[in-house]
Amino acid sequence: MTDPVPYRREEKGAQPPSLFAPYVSAQKRAPKQPLVLMPHTLSEVTGPVFGHNKVTSENSDLTRQHKGEPLGERIVVTGRVLDENGRAVPQALIEIWQANAAGRYIHHRDQHAAPLDPNFSGLGRLITDAEGRYKFTTVKPGAYPWRNHANAWRPAHIHFSLFGPSFVTRLVTQMYFPGDPLIPLDPIYNSVPDQKAAARMVSRFDLETTVPEWALGFRFDIVLRGRDATPTER
Amino acid sequence: MAGQTPSQTVGPFFHFVLDHKGDEVLASDATQGERIAIEGRVLDGDGVPLADALIEIWQANAAGRYDHPDDRQQKPLDPAFHGFGRCATDESGRFHFDTIRPGPVPGPGNTLQAPHINVTVFARGMLKHLVTRLYFEGEPLNADDPILGLVSDPERRATLLARRTNGKDGPYVFDIRLQGPNETVFFDV
Repeated sequence: MTDPVPYRREEKGAQPPSLFAPYVSAQKRAPKQPLVLMPHTLSEVTGPVFGHNKVTSENSDLTRQHKGEPLGERIVVTGRVLDENGRAVPQALIEIWQANAAGRYIHHRDQHAAPLDPNFSGLGRLITDAEGRYKFTTVKPGAYPWRNHANAWRPAHIHFSLFGPSFVTRLVTQMYFPGDPLIPLDPIYNSVPDQKAAARMVSRFDLETTVPEWALGFRFDIVLRGRDATPTER
Repeated sequence: MAGQTPSQTVGPFFHFVLDHKGDEVLASDATQGERIAIEGRVLDGDGVPLADALIEIWQANAAGRYDHPDDRQQKPLDPAFHGFGRCATDESGRFHFDTIRPGPVPGPGNTLQAPHINVTVFARGMLKHLVTRLYFEGEPLNADDPILGLVSDPERRATLLARRTNGKDGPYVFDIRLQGPNETVFFDV
C-alpha cells in the first residue's frame, strides 16, 4: 500500500503555543515535554464522516429555537470553509456556541450576573454545502468578565468547532467582531504569535450579507489544513 | 495559499453543544469485534482532575479499516461501527468509552501499526487541542509499531499504554496527564 498524501504541518506563527503565560489557566494544563513529531499515517488522514441525519436546518437559526425571539442585535454570520490550497471543504460539520446578548451562557457553570434569555440557547450546528458555505442566524453575543486578571473581559466571540476531512484538520476556534476594543487586551486572542494570522479570527462586517430591515451581516471564512501535494486520483 | 485559521481554547462552556449522552458509546450489539471499555482521568500538572475537558476518539474497526473514503484497503467496513466517539469529563475528571478493539492498520512504508485509538484532548486552558494515542498493554504488535518506536524512553512510552484492570474482561484504564510526572506523550501531527 502506498503511503497516504500527508497534510501540511502547522503554519508557523498561526497557531498558539500550549503555554502562553498571560493566559493563566494554561499554566498547569500545558505539557512541558516537547510534542513528538510523527508522520501522517492512515490514522491521521482519515477522520469521522458526518451525514445529514443528526442535523436539522433549524439548528442554524439560533433565533428560532424557542417560542419567542431572543433579545439583542440580530446578525447573520456566513462564510466558507476552505483548505490551505483554496479548495472548498464540503460536508464539514460546524458546531457553534455563544453567550447571549447580555454576555451570559446557558451553561450551569456560568455565574456571571447578567440575565439569561429564555428565548436563546446559543448553540448551532450545520454541515457545509458543496462549496463549503455555511450560514448562521443569531444575535450578537455580549462581552463578559472572567477572572484571568484584574478587570478581565472577553471580547464578544462565537465558538466554532469544525471537523474537516481528516483527524488532523480538526479545529476549535473563536470568531471575533471587527472594531471590538477588548480584542487587543485579550490573552486568548493574543496567544496567536503572528498578528496577521490572529486577525483571521476577526469577522468582517459585510453590507451584502446584511439583510435590510432585519439583520447585520458578518463574513467569516475558515481555513483548515490542506494536503501537502495534489492527490493524483479522486 | 490561504493561511490557517488559528486555534483557540474550547473554554468552559462547550457542554451544551459538544457533550451528548450516548456519544461515548461507539459499539452496539451488531458491531463486529471484541467489546472493550475504556476509562480514564484527565489530570493537570498538580495531579488535579479536569472537570471541564473533552475527549474525542477515532479508530479503525475490528478488521483494521477506517470508515472514511481515503481508506481504500480491501477490508470489510462494518455498518454497525463508524469509529468516532466523544466524552466530556465529569466532576472527578473521568471519561469513558464503550467500543471495540481496533484491528491493526498499515503504517509508513510497509510497516504495520499495532491496534491503537487516536485521542484528542480539549479543555479550558488549552489554546489548542492535544493529540495522543491509546495502545493496548500486552499487544505483541506494539514491539514493532512505527509510532511507538518514535518514543525511545520506555517510561514515556508506557504513558501510551492502556492497562487492563479487574481481570481479562475488565476495562482498559488510560489516564491522561497534561503535565508533570508521567506526563502523557503528545504528538505533533
